[in-house]
Amino acid sequence: MKPEDIKRSENKVYCKPELLNDTPMHYCPGCSHGVVHKLVSEVIKEMGAEHIAIGVAPVGCAVFAYSYIDIDWIEAAHGRAPAVATGAKRLNPSRLVFTYQGDGDLAAIGTAETIHAANRGENIAIIFINNAIYGMTGGQMAPTTLEGQVTATTPYGRRVDLNGYPLKISNLLAQLPGTCYVTRQAVHTPASVRKAKAAIRKAFENSLAGHGTSVVEIVSTCNSGWKMSPAKSNEWMVEHMFPEYPLGDLKNDTER
Amino acid sequence: MKQEVQLMKGNEAIAHAAIRYGVDGYFGYPITPQSEVLETLEALMPWETTGMVVLQAESEVASINMVYGGASTGKAVMTSSSSPGISLMQEGLSYIAAGELPALIVNVMRGGPGLGTIQPSQSDYFQATKGGGHGDYHYIVLAPSTVQEMADFVALGFDLAFKYRTPAMLLADGIVGQMMEKVVLPEQRPRRTDEQIARECPWAVTGRPEGRGPNVLTTLELDSARMEVNNHRYQATYRKIEENEVRYQEYFTDDAEYLFVAFGSIARICLKAIEDARQRGIKVGLLRPITLWPFPTKEIARLAQQVKGIMVVELNAGQMIEDVRLAVEGRVPVHHYGRMGGIVPNPQEVMDSLFANFPDADK
Amino acid sequence: MKKEIIIAGFGGQGVLSMGKILASAGLYDGLEVTWMPSYGPEQRGGTANVTVVLSDTPISSPVLDSYDTAVILNQQSLDKFEQKVKPGGVLIYDPYGIHHAPTRTDISIYPVEAMEATIALKNAKIYNMILLGALLKLNPVVDIDAVMTGLKKALPERHHHLLPANREAIMRGMELV
Repeated sequence: MKPEDIKRSENKVYCKPELLNDTPMHYCPGCSHGVVHKLVSEVIKEMGAEHIAIGVAPVGCAVFAYSYIDIDWIEAAHGRAPAVATGAKRLNPSRLVFTYQGDGDLAAIGTAETIHAANRGENIAIIFINNAIYGMTGGQMAPTTLEGQVTATTPYGRRVDLNGYPLKISNLLAQLPGTCYVTRQAVHTPASVRKAKAAIRKAFENSLAGHGTSVVEIVSTCNSGWKMSPAKSNEWMVEHMFPEYPLGDLKNDTER
Repeated sequence: MKQEVQLMKGNEAIAHAAIRYGVDGYFGYPITPQSEVLETLEALMPWETTGMVVLQAESEVASINMVYGGASTGKAVMTSSSSPGISLMQEGLSYIAAGELPALIVNVMRGGPGLGTIQPSQSDYFQATKGGGHGDYHYIVLAPSTVQEMADFVALGFDLAFKYRTPAMLLADGIVGQMMEKVVLPEQRPRRTDEQIARECPWAVTGRPEGRGPNVLTTLELDSARMEVNNHRYQATYRKIEENEVRYQEYFTDDAEYLFVAFGSIARICLKAIEDARQRGIKVGLLRPITLWPFPTKEIARLAQQVKGIMVVELNAGQMIEDVRLAVEGRVPVHHYGRMGGIVPNPQEVMDSLFANFPDADK
Repeated sequence: MKKEIIIAGFGGQGVLSMGKILASAGLYDGLEVTWMPSYGPEQRGGTANVTVVLSDTPISSPVLDSYDTAVILNQQSLDKFEQKVKPGGVLIYDPYGIHHAPTRTDISIYPVEAMEATIALKNAKIYNMILLGALLKLNPVVDIDAVMTGLKKALPERHHHLLPANREAIMRGMELV
């Protein structure tokens, strides 16, 4: 069979999302970011929202998210994405405005902006990558770092008497009347990828429908920061991260 | 056409003028002595009339980032605060300058450092005119001295901000923020339409329409060569602004033998002192910079060839005097009189400072 | 014509609003005006003062070192501002709570028993209007009709029934001088 005979639409079982461009990603092999970028691209395209989407990129590993997904983007200062998104959405209510943030950005330096945007019920979606570590700066402790977890700044493991406890910020956000949908997902298996995609779609739809703030936490791996192979990282995540950050909906209240 | 003359505070005038200009959004956090800006906007409910968004943010950090987000979409967006709050905004201001975004920031200065006092001050001159945050940047700084100018400079600030794609700051002080005087507000202008914004601000992050590539508003550039190109572009804009946008006002300078240089409300106190001195035959004049950046360097250099001495009067320990001395280049003595901590000098003290530093002036 | 006026007393005595009414009246009379308050926590129980300048030519400074007229409502303000009245100027004060009366001989001093009049009229809200009446009697810089126009414009409609009481208080102040 010639390649031309194979390359027919009826034979197509998978393709790169149209909105994901050809720029080589800087993410480490095995990193969850690539999968989540793909899901975001697919969902925006499937919703037909590529002409109304405004993404707000964080400071952290996803700082270059705007280089990969062909929509309009604003690059925010560290932690300020929810405030930047608030400004963009309030002045452009018809737009699909979402932030894409890591744990340090969202749950450490940007805690105030996160909680207050959610508390106002800003009609934005927040994609929150929780890999329990600062990836970009070289593997330092994050607010979500587990007790005992070794990082560059907790070389003998996180001690809660010194560094406090892993911050379950999604649980906090779920308590706020301003949030309509708070869910915790992962992308380590095909099944979990499908569920995560559905969650992102729901969050984006909520944003356009004006239901309030939606938060999709993706419990993720950082094999470079964790100093493990990608496969081992997935195992470690299931074993150690999931008990602390169990998957599932924390709040689903979109019929208000 | 009959214009309506109203009596209002400088802070209130800013709020009214913002609505009349057709500002799209205001984001702010309460702090004395400028809380009337947000209070007035909330009371006027412009979202019911022009559609202007008004939002009380959780902090000045959030306010300036909401401005950043709104300005990124090509809208006319502003915030206001006072000194400690403006310090919190420095990060965002650096991003807005680097993002080449038009925006208006109002600073109604109070005395510092630290929590300081709520009384009037001009001690943020350095912060405002030299950049303030990290990196090499400037923004246009307008110094109103009357309530009318508080209103007028909202429009001027936005016009310049959009012309040069740069933030503009309205640098006022507690006096001109809190005092009431007559003001004639500008005519109501419509807010710009989305079509207009798409046409006039092709860089705006509006959601990518059919037929154009993604607009990305970022201040990050890890490639040093390209980051230097960005810096050269910023600097070229600043040179253009310095060339075209210097604003100032001269009073009694034609025959002046001594010159006061003062900005904002302090210029008015100097002017009162000068009026009294002129009655005694003392030839003293005033130059009031209206733009603090760009600074009227050439104009001061010209007057330095005419006068015997220059007195710089400020509500700080001596900040603008550095720019005056750079302009004068040692041609004549330049002295400073400043009060701090929220103390405002009266006209007599101002005049006494001239005589103390230039005894020959008191003939 | 230029009148430089300071009004000073405790926060809550209506110092700032008296200045505001005066400034508004100046506006309706076509004058240039500035109104410069002390501001901040001083407004709430501490001392408060406001400088009002009315002029038929543009006003340079809203901050002054001497005044044509001082309206003084408490001892601290008297201590602070008595010496700042220009020679030949006017000092109006309410003797209520004043232990050391003003002593200058080069200015005209008018005690106005405004607090007693307020108590007699059984309306605490019109205290500052009595003093405004005294001020206008001695310093007819603005017309009483301009004052009432300014007041009417400043007050929401639901308070317009208070206008006659205010007018009465101003007239009472004029009589007291």
